[in-house]
Amino acid sequence: MSKRTVELELATPGVDAAGRPARVPLTAAAEPDLGSEHLLMNMGPQHPATHGVLRLVVELDGETVVRCIPHLGYLHSGFEKLGEYRHYNQIIPLTDRTDYLSPMANNVGLALAAEKLMGIEITPRCTVLRVIACEMSRIISHMVWLGTTSIDLGAFTPFLWAFQERERIYDLQEMWTGARLTTSLTRVGGLMADIPDQFAGKLREFTRTFPKTLSEIDRVLTRNAVWAGRTQGVGTLSAAEAINHSLSGPMLRASGVPYDVRKDKPYLGYETYDFDVVVGEHGDVFDRYLVRLEECHQSNRILEQALDRLPDGPINVDDPRVILPSKTRAMSDMEAMIFHFKQVMEGVKAPVGEAYVGIENPKGELGNYLVSDGTAKPVRWRIRPPSFINLSALPKMAEGHLLSDLVAINASVDIVMGEVDR
Amino acid sequence: MTSPVPGALRTEVARDGETIVFVAPERLLETMKWLKETPGQEFDYLVDVTAVEFRDRERPLQVVYFLRSLTRKADVRVKVELNASAELAVDSVYSLWHGADWLEREVFDMFGITFRGHPDLRRILMWETYAEGYPLRKNFPLRGRFSRAEQVRQALNANPEAHYSMEELSIADAGGDLPEDMRERLRRGERGTIPEPPGA
Repeated sequence: MSKRTVELELATPGVDAAGRPARVPLTAAAEPDLGSEHLLMNMGPQHPATHGVLRLVVELDGETVVRCIPHLGYLHSGFEKLGEYRHYNQIIPLTDRTDYLSPMANNVGLALAAEKLMGIEITPRCTVLRVIACEMSRIISHMVWLGTTSIDLGAFTPFLWAFQERERIYDLQEMWTGARLTTSLTRVGGLMADIPDQFAGKLREFTRTFPKTLSEIDRVLTRNAVWAGRTQGVGTLSAAEAINHSLSGPMLRASGVPYDVRKDKPYLGYETYDFDVVVGEHGDVFDRYLVRLEECHQSNRILEQALDRLPDGPINVDDPRVILPSKTRAMSDMEAMIFHFKQVMEGVKAPVGEAYVGIENPKGELGNYLVSDGTAKPVRWRIRPPSFINLSALPKMAEGHLLSDLVAINASVDIVMGEVDR
Repeated sequence: MTSPVPGALRTEVARDGETIVFVAPERLLETMKWLKETPGQEFDYLVDVTAVEFRDRERPLQVVYFLRSLTRKADVRVKVELNASAELAVDSVYSLWHGADWLEREVFDMFGITFRGHPDLRRILMWETYAEGYPLRKNFPLRGRFSRAEQVRQALNANPEAHYSMEELSIADAGGDLPEDMRERLRRGERGTIPEPPGA
């Protein structure tokens, strides 16, 4: 959709040169030629509109962005290096802290990669519970995105609605794992805990009431003239450009590429769920908003189906080399105690080789690449960080737009600096 | 893989079932172009670029490229082996995928592998004047090479202008208070133009 400019004739009652009353057109005096000197402006790292400690150095011609040079690394923690000194299960708490807006999905991603490396088949109940974890993460991540982006563009009310819904999921996460943010939900071969008794009921209550909030947000934003004016035609990327820049997730789909890891390279049995891949058309900020909003509906559908089919049974694989025996067994059974000791002291050894598992995280494709030399600690743990790669297209998207549009474009990428800098 | 990949030294199957193609460093660009553009291959999407160094120092470093064909829904992994004793350099694939821009910069930053032909190869996660080496190399200690006291001393002594890249300094009028090594690199014309010191 292209922007249209409305030309109004502005005039005021006055007198003409001969002193007779006349309408005098209101025109601005010709702007003095200020030359073409470019201004270098620093934005961030402590700036609320950069969503964390991102620093953008912007070359401006008047108010137009000529060039945008991002500077990263203010939150670099060396997670990948730390991972080389830890057992596979000890890496899981690090994954909480990468994309801290969807910790549960990150936990699942790492566990799937480690299980692929070790050749472990997880139980049916664990598979469904992990799907629930991933989709809950998608909803809270998209809610944070919606709230913060609407604040960036001057809409305050949807922020409150979105964060209220997020708080309800956080309550569920706390109920399940004991933590709101640092969930550390998964273990290699299973989960740290089964869901508590009232969990399924409360989640069902959430899935029943959540679409109402979505429709309220939809009503307040989608046909809002200010919202449309600030987002339509801004930061456009064509499908070919999005593919060329290796974008993934909602950023790629908003440009019209129907690629979703859940459909095209299914994991956790996603091929058996009934949901739609949401695809945009124009690849601008507005389409990214629409894609994320609709993805919340689809996640809600998946949550309902997962609750319907949740089977009974164990959550952990029956393999004492991988899963810790229960405390009572470890204290009363000699063999269980030996396995407990070996797992804690030596860790779980992975066979020589490598495995990459990509999962559809809220931000895009989160890849975990593990290389093992046969010891209990990986030689290399690589995170394919979706928001880092999506952010790399920011200079391309921002050039030629106004400085205030840069805020909208940056918001539309949906970055988490914990993951960008790792 | 139905037809043989040009430049392939050998192929392996990873534990996750994907094919790994090992390519000679000097033929990398040619192979990648073939994989991207040949009908029936069409690996149009660069998923990731990374590097691996093994604990066994005798083993060469690997640069790993993850390719995907969005239309055929197929993946392939391309690897280049580099000897740590020789020059660590490969050709950049930026000309084929712009997504390689930051990914190659990160590998350069973390492993010290140079990508020939990359338009803007400088550190990305660490700052430009970072002097401790390449953090993800196995000879880099977990806590860094310098003591905490030395790191703090360097941070306090850093010139605030060093927080801008040389390219940006050539836009702004900020040549006067540059650190000597950056001025030297500017003088060599590595990037941007030399900013005239104010009042000169």
